[in-house]
Amino acid sequence: MSVAAAFFYLFAGVLVASAFMVIASRNPVHSVLFLILCFVNAAGLFILIGAEFLGLILIVVYVGAVAVLFLFVVMMLDVDFVELRQGFLQYLPIGVLIGVIFLAELVLVVGSWATSSTIATVPAIAEATSHLTNTQQLGRVLYTEYVYFFEAAGMVLLVAMIGAIVLTLRHKPNVKRQNISDQVARTPEQAMEVVKVRPGQGI
Amino acid sequence: MTWQDTLLKVAIIVGQSLALLVALLVFIAYILLADRKIWAAVQLRRGPNVVGPLGLFQSFADLLKFVLKEPVVPSGANKALFLLAPLVTCVLALAAWVAVPIADGWVIADLNVGILYIFAISSLGVYGIIMAGWASNSKYPFLAALRSAAQMVSYEVSIGFVIITVLMCAGSQNLSRIVEAQDGPLGLLNWYFLPLLPMFVIFFVSALAETNRPPFDLVEAESELVAGFMTEYGSTPYLLFMLGEYVAIMTMCAMGTILFLGGWLSPLPFAPFTWVPGLVWFVLKLCFMFFLFAMAKAMVPRYRYDQLMRLGWKVFLPISLVAVVVVAGVLHFTGTAPR
Repeated sequence: MSVAAAFFYLFAGVLVASAFMVIASRNPVHSVLFLILCFVNAAGLFILIGAEFLGLILIVVYVGAVAVLFLFVVMMLDVDFVELRQGFLQYLPIGVLIGVIFLAELVLVVGSWATSSTIATVPAIAEATSHLTNTQQLGRVLYTEYVYFFEAAGMVLLVAMIGAIVLTLRHKPNVKRQNISDQVARTPEQAMEVVKVRPGQGI
Repeated sequence: MTWQDTLLKVAIIVGQSLALLVALLVFIAYILLADRKIWAAVQLRRGPNVVGPLGLFQSFADLLKFVLKEPVVPSGANKALFLLAPLVTCVLALAAWVAVPIADGWVIADLNVGILYIFAISSLGVYGIIMAGWASNSKYPFLAALRSAAQMVSYEVSIGFVIITVLMCAGSQNLSRIVEAQDGPLGLLNWYFLPLLPMFVIFFVSALAETNRPPFDLVEAESELVAGFMTEYGSTPYLLFMLGEYVAIMTMCAMGTILFLGGWLSPLPFAPFTWVPGLVWFVLKLCFMFFLFAMAKAMVPRYRYDQLMRLGWKVFLPISLVAVVVVAGVLHFTGTAPR
């Protein structure tokens, strides 16, 4: 057994085990932490097949930012999780249905890989440009062939972000805010007045 | 490849890693001392001067003291996570050094995406803090965890954009290639700190915020949060946090050195200076970067939390975003973009 195979079984084993723990652990914070372990192992699998850029981007984006926000929210939520588990059986049929659909899709993907002739040629294309690094190959595909789709995806995300801000932004009327440009623009003449006080007279 | 070859390769990697680890930890011991000495000098104190000549063994005495004390786990704490958090901080901080080229060819893993690797690993550092804050089951550590989550995520964004500008100039994500791209007849004038000076400043300030150094040490602000996420820690776990923090600071210094100060290159590209080994130049630049970190700690008052967020999102993010566009435009239209 080669070293790569050993690492594959290590990553895959930990990945599956931690994915199971995400749904099995009682504490939601533990679930999120197992999810993070899951992401890291998936990144390890990506790096193992030579997609190092994708693997590291997975860590930067999902583990470094998205999962932090998950954890942030789950920690601050004060939910009674015993109560939440009461309706478990009620949702079981829907869960099973979604699971079956997912399984069917996976079977279709793997099946088409084994039978279709077009998908089988994909490694050959990657082989032909293998003098380029992973990052350059991805960049070429994203910014030449699929540039409009890529930009459109960016616009969708931008719209979603603006929407979230607009929905949550509320200007409270009676809150004092610091306006730094005002503070910097203030001159001594505006801020203070020099008064000559004569003895016995006051101002 | 026979199994002997594989074994030999693994043995070499383990040996290199151990050598780097020992050198790094001894270096950190003196960096810690230097930090305290610089801080003391700014405040007209002497700093640690009792253990060994000039206090040179102070860090080792501290190490012994921490290791010999009893680790206390609070009764309401989540024990596994409580003890895992310092380990995560320390191990992740040390793991980043595997991709750092300390001299020409002196790197354990010469990754194609080295800069991305270090960026990814350092972005994971926040987990040690969040886990510690939550697992302590105490108010102040929890508040610190929430602060750190927001702070470190915000400043990662601007560090990412700064890295992108450097990558566009160098044309590679490999750290060794980035250093080689700064090599030239003008010596230190060829390094990227000069054409990308605003980016260097943004990188430096963001690195302070990313490693929770003063003036952005709101995560452990002792006037508000006792000791922040470390309130419930003592003994070896506390030591691991401090160690992880300083290793992360050195990683940021190394990143600044490689991206902007020409890594192992000699500042003056002629005879007596080019004879000096690259490792010496690298360490000198590392020390210079750390001196800047230490002086910022000694001289600048702590930021308020809303000011910190404003600086990250409203000042650094727009500037670095525009800088990416400007640098890309200049490289494209002057035809100086690397092929």
